[in-house]
Amino acid sequence: MNRTTRTWRVGAVAMAAGLALTACGSSDDGGGSGDSSSSGGGGSDCTEQNLAFLGALTGDAGALGVNMTNGIQLAVDEYNKDAECKVGLKKFDSQGSPDKAPALATQIVGDDTIIGLVGPGFSGESLATGKTFFEAGMPSVSPSATNVTITDQGWTTWHRVIGNDNAQGEADAKYLMDTVKAKKVYVVDDAQDYSVGLSTVVKDSLGSAVTGSDQIQVGQTDMSAVVTKVTAAKADAVFYGGYYTEAGLLVKQLRQAGWKGTFMSGDGSQDPAFVKVAGQAANGAVLSAPAAPAPADFAAKVKEATGNDAGLYTTQSYDAANIFLQAIKDGKTEPKDINDFIGSYDSEGVSGPISFDEKGDIKTSKIYAYEVKNGKMDVENPTAIE
Amino acid sequence: MNFSFLFNNIIELSITGLALGAIYALVALGYTMVYGVLQLINFAHSEVFMYGTFAVAWVFVLLHGTEPATQTLGGTAGLLVVAILAAMAMSALIALLLERVAYRPLLKRKAPRLMALISAIGASFALSELMGLRDRVAGWFGLREALGPYVANARDIYPNPVTIQPQTVFTIGGYGVKDVDLLVIVASLLMMLALDQFVRRTRFGRGIRAVAQDPESAALMGVNATRVIRGTFVLGGIMAGAAAAFYMLKVGSTRQNTGFIFGVKAFTAAVLGGIGNLRGALVGGLVLGVTENYGAAIFGSQWKDVVAFVLLVLILLVRPTGILGESLGKARA
Repeated sequence: MNRTTRTWRVGAVAMAAGLALTACGSSDDGGGSGDSSSSGGGGSDCTEQNLAFLGALTGDAGALGVNMTNGIQLAVDEYNKDAECKVGLKKFDSQGSPDKAPALATQIVGDDTIIGLVGPGFSGESLATGKTFFEAGMPSVSPSATNVTITDQGWTTWHRVIGNDNAQGEADAKYLMDTVKAKKVYVVDDAQDYSVGLSTVVKDSLGSAVTGSDQIQVGQTDMSAVVTKVTAAKADAVFYGGYYTEAGLLVKQLRQAGWKGTFMSGDGSQDPAFVKVAGQAANGAVLSAPAAPAPADFAAKVKEATGNDAGLYTTQSYDAANIFLQAIKDGKTEPKDINDFIGSYDSEGVSGPISFDEKGDIKTSKIYAYEVKNGKMDVENPTAIE
Repeated sequence: MNFSFLFNNIIELSITGLALGAIYALVALGYTMVYGVLQLINFAHSEVFMYGTFAVAWVFVLLHGTEPATQTLGGTAGLLVVAILAAMAMSALIALLLERVAYRPLLKRKAPRLMALISAIGASFALSELMGLRDRVAGWFGLREALGPYVANARDIYPNPVTIQPQTVFTIGGYGVKDVDLLVIVASLLMMLALDQFVRRTRFGRGIRAVAQDPESAALMGVNATRVIRGTFVLGGIMAGAAAAFYMLKVGSTRQNTGFIFGVKAFTAAVLGGIGNLRGALVGGLVLGVTENYGAAIFGSQWKDVVAFVLLVLILLVRPTGILGESLGKARA
């Protein structure tokens, strides 16, 4: 997922001052510093070794970061149970912000006890910190950053265990054509990097089935012009690239205007809040995500180890941490050796088979379609888009 | 550019634009009236509107529960009346509070106008954050659990559990006009008509006009300026409360920063029509709402604000005092 700080366009100059204050006020907690929850070490012959996590633990997207650290913590706990030298986890809270992440990245590469990074959580912070990590030779595996361009930068230390937005866009188009059997698809996005990327891939893959497209703005609440466009085009499906707030408002206003087609959106909208915003208008909507729900036995283990429920990205984070832990088990201690180990890694994780191509993207990823039924997103039984 | 789309759907675009414009106009009244009597922009008025939207959602949660439901306008009429009254009361209360805390102490001490402007921006910030942190405020009093459905996820979007399903009332030019749009337009116009008549015909309205024209002479004639200013805030608050209720009818959800963007639009509407002029607020709001829709139709939705603000600049270039242009110094409120 790719969350960027929302920038609000200023209409009246005089209000700009008030705006700046509001924007600052929207992040509840202070900047994150390294918070070492459990330090490495153990036996007397052991040198301290830590994994680092970089991502949002507080702020608007804090819940997602907590999902991730739950998965990492479980992997570390399992490893430490019968390891002579314990491994610790250091958490760095970026609040998901590309502005805050670089300073934390400097801290991470300056810490000799850190042997690898699980993260960064989001695409924006990945792009902002990738160079620092690459130059320091710090290997990283992200459980959740999906922007296509990250792996085009040539950062050979950067990997992800989740399918990128291209894979998702192609799968979404396939679902609309094969499962929904849509003949006319109207494509809308909210003009942010993630959204434009996703909707462009969908448009390219759909080809002539696209009957029209429009862009809205983040924070827009009245969608009447878009609704008119969709109904006038007699579209039988709408694909929306963007996040759950606008997605919820859009599908609600489409239904209020009597539109009967299929509404589909990507992982930015795959959030229970989408259903909250749209109410009963959400029924029948399809939301895709490059992540499957946690298997029941895995979810139970997470609950036992951390006291929290497994959520979005918990399985990917668990798998990412296990790659590093496997490297340590194999006696790799130098960053370069660990990075080579990741490059040749090939194993079955909780989220599926894990191996990387030369760019650092996961080789095989599955995209899942989650349907909203009876006022609830059916998170247990998504359809895998083949 | 897609002019054929605009012309093929002009009725639908006009009506939905007018409905949104009517809501802008109701909020714009608050800006314009306060400007009339105080010659300053009450930037916290956007939060007066935002609190109204929450009042509507809370009434539905209280009387209906959090279970999502879809109802027709007629089916929910009773709840709706309660919600509108609650929104008006809430907004009037916040406006009153603003006047008491952010304005009167400054005016009493004859502080420069700029101070009141800063004070308003500060109040806007404080009110918006208070709403965004309401879960913690409830926590201080140990009410977080008890008030769960009202304060949970305080910074996230807060929907009205009842979705209004609009029904077609009549059809013109192939477009079925929806009851919600019709209600919003007609009710807004009636409210503005009532306000206009109130200001023109009643004793209190005469007081408002007197203070707007010349506060000192008005005081000499026995007009209690403090009372008039307070009343002006309350009237603006009531209008914003009604706007909030109509907004919730159309959009159906709110959050702590809803006021900001909407406030900018309503302020724009006030300036567009001629600030300080009640009828100007109406014209400005409707023109802005319709222009936004036309702009979105021709250039794409991402351009709608650009089109609206280019229009504002063009009109102000030709008529610096707005469409109905009244000289700023001689606001008639």
